[in-house]
Amino acid sequence: MESFVPVKQLSWSGGAGGAQQSLAGVLKPGPPRPGPPADHVVMRSPLRNQLLLSAGCPSRTNLVYLDSAETLTTFFIGAASLRQSIDATESDLSVTTIYSARKIITMNPARPYATHVAVRDGRILSAGALEEMQGWGDYMLDDRFADKVLMPGLVEGHSHTMEGSLWEYVYCGYFDRMDPDGKVWPGLKSVDEIIERLTQAAARLDEPTTPLAGWSLDAIYYGGRRINRNDLDRVSTERAIGILNASGHILNVNTKALQLAGLLKPGINHPGIPLDDEGLPTGEMKGPDAMAPLGIHTGFDRDLLACDEPGLRRFARLCVRTGVTTAADLANMLPDGAVDMMVRVTAEPDYPARIVSLRRFYGLTPAELIDRVLELEKRSQQNLRLGIIKVVLDGSIQGFSARLRWPGYYNGAAEGLWYVPPEHLQEIYERALAAGIQVHTHTNGDEATELALDCMETSLRKHPGPDHRFTLQHCQLADAAQYRRIKTVGMCVNLFPNHHFYWGDQHYSITVGPDRAERMNACATALRMGVPLAIHSDAPVTPLGPLFTAWCAVNRRTASGRVLGEHERISVKDALRTITIGAAYTLKLDAEIGSVETGKRADLAVLEDDPEAVGGENLKDVRVWGTVQGGRIFEAAAI
Amino acid sequence: MPLPITIIGGYLGAGKTTLVNHLLRHANGRRLAVMVNEFGALPIDEDLIEAEDDQIISLAGGCVCCSYGEDLVSSMAMLATLRPRPDMVLLEASGVSFPGAIAGTVGLVPTYKLDGVVVLADGETIRAQAADKYIGGTIRGQLAQADMVLLNKTDLIEDDDIVRRWLNGTSGEARIVRSMYARVPFDVVFGTIWRDGKHGVEVADRYHADGYETLAFVTAPGVRPDQAVTVCADATTGLLRAKGFVPRPEGGLAQIQVVGRRGEIADAPAGAEPGVVCIGLADQINRAALAVLADDRNSITERQAS
Ligand SMILES: [Zn+2]
Repeated sequence: MESFVPVKQLSWSGGAGGAQQSLAGVLKPGPPRPGPPADHVVMRSPLRNQLLLSAGCPSRTNLVYLDSAETLTTFFIGAASLRQSIDATESDLSVTTIYSARKIITMNPARPYATHVAVRDGRILSAGALEEMQGWGDYMLDDRFADKVLMPGLVEGHSHTMEGSLWEYVYCGYFDRMDPDGKVWPGLKSVDEIIERLTQAAARLDEPTTPLAGWSLDAIYYGGRRINRNDLDRVSTERAIGILNASGHILNVNTKALQLAGLLKPGINHPGIPLDDEGLPTGEMKGPDAMAPLGIHTGFDRDLLACDEPGLRRFARLCVRTGVTTAADLANMLPDGAVDMMVRVTAEPDYPARIVSLRRFYGLTPAELIDRVLELEKRSQQNLRLGIIKVVLDGSIQGFSARLRWPGYYNGAAEGLWYVPPEHLQEIYERALAAGIQVHTHTNGDEATELALDCMETSLRKHPGPDHRFTLQHCQLADAAQYRRIKTVGMCVNLFPNHHFYWGDQHYSITVGPDRAERMNACATALRMGVPLAIHSDAPVTPLGPLFTAWCAVNRRTASGRVLGEHERISVKDALRTITIGAAYTLKLDAEIGSVETGKRADLAVLEDDPEAVGGENLKDVRVWGTVQGGRIFEAAAI
Repeated sequence: MPLPITIIGGYLGAGKTTLVNHLLRHANGRRLAVMVNEFGALPIDEDLIEAEDDQIISLAGGCVCCSYGEDLVSSMAMLATLRPRPDMVLLEASGVSFPGAIAGTVGLVPTYKLDGVVVLADGETIRAQAADKYIGGTIRGQLAQADMVLLNKTDLIEDDDIVRRWLNGTSGEARIVRSMYARVPFDVVFGTIWRDGKHGVEVADRYHADGYETLAFVTAPGVRPDQAVTVCADATTGLLRAKGFVPRPEGGLAQIQVVGRRGEIADAPAGAEPGVVCIGLADQINRAALAVLADDRNSITERQAS
């Protein structure tokens, strides 16, 4: 392709874009535009034009020279028409825009890196060098990302839009966390700091009796000291206060809340309600049943998991801030009303993310579930994908409700809970395979994973499902033998390395002990076995942020600094692949998203730093400028 | 008056659906509210369904059915506000849930009172299920939390004594009731054996033919309420349920209620008169044990169907 060299020189458009920038500086019309820099130049593509004009012409080289003058003329178009073209880029997606970048990590194995990406109709037309793109016709060169590093838009394979809903409430976590506005709320390192933040929030409420709700409290970080109602009474004795634990399984309340729920009385006998010396509830309500009577009094909406409209919008803004262009909303009940709302909101021209919402198995028989999901699938649209089933098979490891194989929990806790009988899982697998519907199964403990594998083997014998991509979600404790079976039955895994950071120390010393803590979320084993791998945050359980999740998979560092399972660390390259094309594969979207290559959606993560160059240690600190989603540009700072 | 609620548990196929329908057909004018985990596999025979809306299904005879899903507390609160108010509630636990955990939650809802935990077991398969690699622990846990185990499908097993002996070892103090097609008296599943009648003790014994027996007596002077509960709840006495009013040593009447191994004492309502009614399997009731409580042996009256 040497014939392209002259074009490159003549059109001044090769390399990192220095030429265009200076050129744009000359041509840029009028006063500076607000918002992103307008380093756009409309270019006439030489090759495309001459091919149209002179099809059948024997010599490409000749054609290039023939056309070069026309290329030059486009540099001298008037300021006014340039301005029009700039506006056209933002409104008319059918124009070809070529973005230059410091570096583009494509995840396309055939050409892993590029300097330019051409976008048309919201899709990737080409990713490579600018001179290679000339054949596609007219384009606008946009240098706003010239100093940025581009990646495929990041894919969060397991989160919940509820993360957006929870920001309605006061953040009470131990670790710093960014809200949808981009404000980073400092982690609260002492009970006093928690009380202080709640007191400030209470001061902003009008009525003295308005309930106050907070979230993401993690009681294990306060030196073994439990948060009780007396602590929260320091904030108010007049208004009910409830703080949801980070795990989502504990609600801490004040005395007023207990009074309102009629539970400030002796004689309560419930495993989820510890009592104080006087025989009254301490204010720690454990488990959904103990929490439920308090929820309505402390300001938590009843159906927090069913997404609400403001929450769905806030969630998308978090996506932009974390470079995410597609996020799975992993366990929605998807009643018609919620689906109507999601269809409407995600179709808005400025909704910046693609939401893949899974229907949780609940309230329907397996047969009805299949019918319902087939119905839902018909309502899929570009930025809302429906038609996948989620089954929650067991509980959580830190809540001691995950199903573990022998020898069970390290601290001797009783065996966990099944949330679905094996017969139902079996029936769902069989029916879903027959109907061609994908199933994602939550299995935290290795016994739950074992059951899912048993059901999968049986079901596949009856209904061979080529390319079924049934996915084990969390699958935190699977061992090598299980990974071999996972490979054999063709399942994918979406692992949860964020656990190492947030609860790794507890897993090591309390829940599963050293051996199994080190094999938790065995990313390296999965890759070694050739099991399709994604990694996730399970936001709001841990914060949305695939680059942070990648950091967790690369470093396996606990909060105290221990490396939890040196041999299961993966490389930065593998981690980056996993949070893009890897996660896309588990959602059956890898033909549409997950890499920057011809035909894919124009979904990009726009980064200030090069995740391949900063070193694995610093992966979590890579700065995100924003995203491009379906060709639309979303700057985090402006969202 | 708190609303009595009985929890029925047991794994898939144990006969919970059959029991629910049997009870609905024998509610006899009592407004029974059935709570199911999810509407998906609605366990109600179609001919009993009168009208459906999103929240409540109206059933024959003034009964209703609703699903509680993941919000048991709210659903229970909603049921208690229905007018006319249900007389009693039957909560069907999902196949993998622990009825004891649900019982704990019932205790958190002020308008309710736990009336018993009945766990159904499929006589044919229960032992295999209890040994199952995956669900064995769940099955054994459910049985251990029962006040009464309903050993169903006994027509399908040759020697149900073996199963019963095994159950005795597994389910601790729970009473074991054999049945076919879950045909169990309403008064066994619910503490409805006591009817407010003219003289405090009036029992309609419709069960004698089914192998059940109901007895009534007035406690002997000096028998304390806690003694009455202890005897009635003792496994060797062989009772399934007992309810009645026993004088307190300090004066006044206490209400006692026993379901299987569990008993409780509360204040008697105004106007109550002394007397205790109990029900059990005819071949299991130990009259001698009960006689300790009665003012004399002859006062234990066997109520025959009239
Ligand atoms: Zn989740």
